Amino acid sequence: MNARKPTRIRGPVYVVGDNIDTDQIIPAEHLALVPTNPAEYRRLGSLALCGLPHSAYPERLVAPGAETTRYPIILAGRNFGCGSSREHAPIALGAAGVVAVVAESYARIFFRNCIATGELYPAETAERLCERFRTGDEVELNLEAYELRPAAGAPVRLGPLGEAARVVAAGGLFAYARATGLVPTRKETS
Amino acid sequence: MTLTEKLLARAADRTRVEPGETVLARVDVLMTHDVCGPGTIGVFKREFGADARVWDADRIVIIPDHYIFTTDLLANRNVDVLRAFVKEQGIRYFYDVVDDGSAWRFDPARGPLHAQYGRQYAGVCHIALPERGHTRPGEILLGTDSHTCTAGAFGQFATGIGNTDAAFVLGTGRILLRVPVTRRFRLTGALQPGVMAKDLILHIIGEIGFDGATYQALEFDGDGVPGLTMEDRMTIANMAIECGGKNGVFAADDVTRAFVDARMRKHGTTRPYECLTADPGAAYYSEMTIDLSTLEPTVARHPDPGNRARAADCGGIRLDRAYIGSCTGGKLSDFAAFAAVVRDRTVAINTFGVPATPQIVRQLQIRTLGGRTLWDILLAAGVRMTENAGCAACLGGPADTFGRLNEPLHCISTTNRNFPGRMGHSEGRVYLASPFTVAASALTGRITDPRDFLGADALVAVAMEDAA
Repeated sequence: MNARKPTRIRGPVYVVGDNIDTDQIIPAEHLALVPTNPAEYRRLGSLALCGLPHSAYPERLVAPGAETTRYPIILAGRNFGCGSSREHAPIALGAAGVVAVVAESYARIFFRNCIATGELYPAETAERLCERFRTGDEVELNLEAYELRPAAGAPVRLGPLGEAARVVAAGGLFAYARATGLVPTRKETS
Repeated sequence: MTLTEKLLARAADRTRVEPGETVLARVDVLMTHDVCGPGTIGVFKREFGADARVWDADRIVIIPDHYIFTTDLLANRNVDVLRAFVKEQGIRYFYDVVDDGSAWRFDPARGPLHAQYGRQYAGVCHIALPERGHTRPGEILLGTDSHTCTAGAFGQFATGIGNTDAAFVLGTGRILLRVPVTRRFRLTGALQPGVMAKDLILHIIGEIGFDGATYQALEFDGDGVPGLTMEDRMTIANMAIECGGKNGVFAADDVTRAFVDARMRKHGTTRPYECLTADPGAAYYSEMTIDLSTLEPTVARHPDPGNRARAADCGGIRLDRAYIGSCTGGKLSDFAAFAAVVRDRTVAINTFGVPATPQIVRQLQIRTLGGRTLWDILLAAGVRMTENAGCAACLGGPADTFGRLNEPLHCISTTNRNFPGRMGHSEGRVYLASPFTVAASALTGRITDPRDFLGADALVAVAMEDAA
C-alpha cells in the first residue's frame, strides 16, 4: 500500500455506469476490516466493487477466489464514488490493483480520498466512455500526456490532474506533506 | 463573504478567503467512530510514529455507533482498538458502549430489542455531538463520516473526511481545505401540516440533482428559518452530502444559542464561541428561493436520493418493509411525528424503529401523546422498537444487524441514502421519505401521502424540542 503509482498503464478496462456509490464499491458489511492491517487490506481488495448489482454487472472486477483484478483501469460515467466518506472505497480499488479510474465526474470525498491515500488516480474526461467502451477492451492510459488510447479509434483527452497527480505519484498526502514541509520527517520507530 | 467563507477565513487566521483557494485551517473538533476510527489510528501511528501524541486530547470526540449490536468479531475488535487508543492518549470525550471500559460483546441471547449499553453510550455520532454539547457556532468540526455535515445546523463549518486526512488532523490539528463556492437557499413561509424538513431537503436534492452541488457549500437563510427547530435544521444540513455538497450551513440565531448553551452547561463542554453571519453583499454561486408553504410530502425513489416524486404520485409502489431511524430520521421529533400517524392503528408491513441515541429512547418512554407514552404508541401499532440506539440498518452492516435487508425487499425509510445495496441487499429497493410519509405508508403497505391518509388536521408536526 501507498506504493508509488505508475503514470503509464496498459491493460483491459472494467466499465461501469453513473453514480457508482461507495456502498457498491465496498458494501458496509465489510467496513469492519481495518485498511492499515495488511491482511485486511488484501481482503478489501478482493471485495472491490462486489456491491454492484449482479443483474447489471455479471462480470466481477475481482474474480471469485482472486485477491486482485485483471483490470487496472476503470471507466465510469458521472459522480463516481458518491456517498460515504469511507476511505475503504479507494483503498479497496487500489488494493485490488486498480491504478486509475477515468470518469466524467467524482464525488468530492472520494476524489480527495484517492489523492490522500495515493491509492489511485481519479482522472476526469469530458467524453462519455461507459457506452463507447466494453469491459475487457484494451487501452493505454498516459497520465502525463492526459490521454487514453484505445486499440482502435480516436484517443480520449483527459483533464489534467495537476498537483493532485503529484500527490498520488508521491504515495499520498503524508509523503507529499513531508516533501513540502507540512509535517516533519517521519520518526524512526523500533 | 458567505458564511462558509467567513468560517474558513476565521479558521485560517485570515481576513478574507476566495472560493477555489486552498487554506490550512485550524480544526476545533475531530470526531471519529468505530468504522473509520481504527483505520485513522492506524494511519496516525504509521505516519507520526508508535509513540506519537495527538495534537489535543480534549478536541477529539470518539463515538462508537455503527456496528455495536452485532456478534461480528472484527466489529467488536474495532471498539477495543478505540478503547486502547483513548486510554493511551488520555482522550476526554469517549462515549463507550459500557461504563467500565472492559471488553464487551453483544449478547444475542438477550435479543435485539432491549438495551445492552451503559450510561456513557451516546448513540449515533451526528445526533450525539449536539446532545453532548460538542457543536458550537463559528467552529470547524470534521468527522470521518460523510454525514458530519449535520453540524452545519449550528452555524459551523462541518464536513466529512477520510482516514488519512483525519490522521493528519490527529497529528497536526490542521487540515488543507479548498474554499467552496456557496449556493444560497432562501427559505420563506412555513411548512404546512403533514410536511416536514425532510420533504424540503428531498425537494432541493431533486431540484438541483443529486450531484448538483458537488464541491459546493449550501447556505440556508430567509424568514422561514426561525420557524425551523434545531432538529429540522439538522435534517436539512445532514443531507447536504446527498447532493454532493461539502457542507450545509445555517447561521446561528436565538434558537441555536439556546440549544447549544443548555447542552454545553449540562455536559461541561463549555468554550466561548462566536456566531458569524454572511456579509450582506456576499457573492453566491447561485440563489434559489423556496416557499416552504408550497412543499408537499416528497419521496426519493430507488436508486438515488435525487430521484424525486410527490408521495401522492407513488401510490402504485408496493412495499415490504418500513424503517424509521438514522442520523437524519431517528430523532425525537421524527418518532413523535411517526407516532402521531400510527396512533390507534396497526402497521400493515414489517416496521422497524431505531432511535438515534439512548437519550431519545428515554424521552420516547417518558413523553406522552393522548395519555400514552410515544414508545407504547409505537409498540401498540406493531412497530418493532429497539432500545439499542445506533446506526443499525441505515447502511446495511453485518448480517445480524437489526432491520437489515437480507432479502431483495422494497423498503420505505426515514434514512438518507438509497443507492443499490444501501440497507444490505444489492437488489433491494429503498425509498426515502419523511417520518409522516413512512408512517402512513407502513399502515397501507404502499407509498402513501400522509395528508390523504389522515386528513391535514391530525398532522400538525409534533415539534418536541428536548429541554436538555
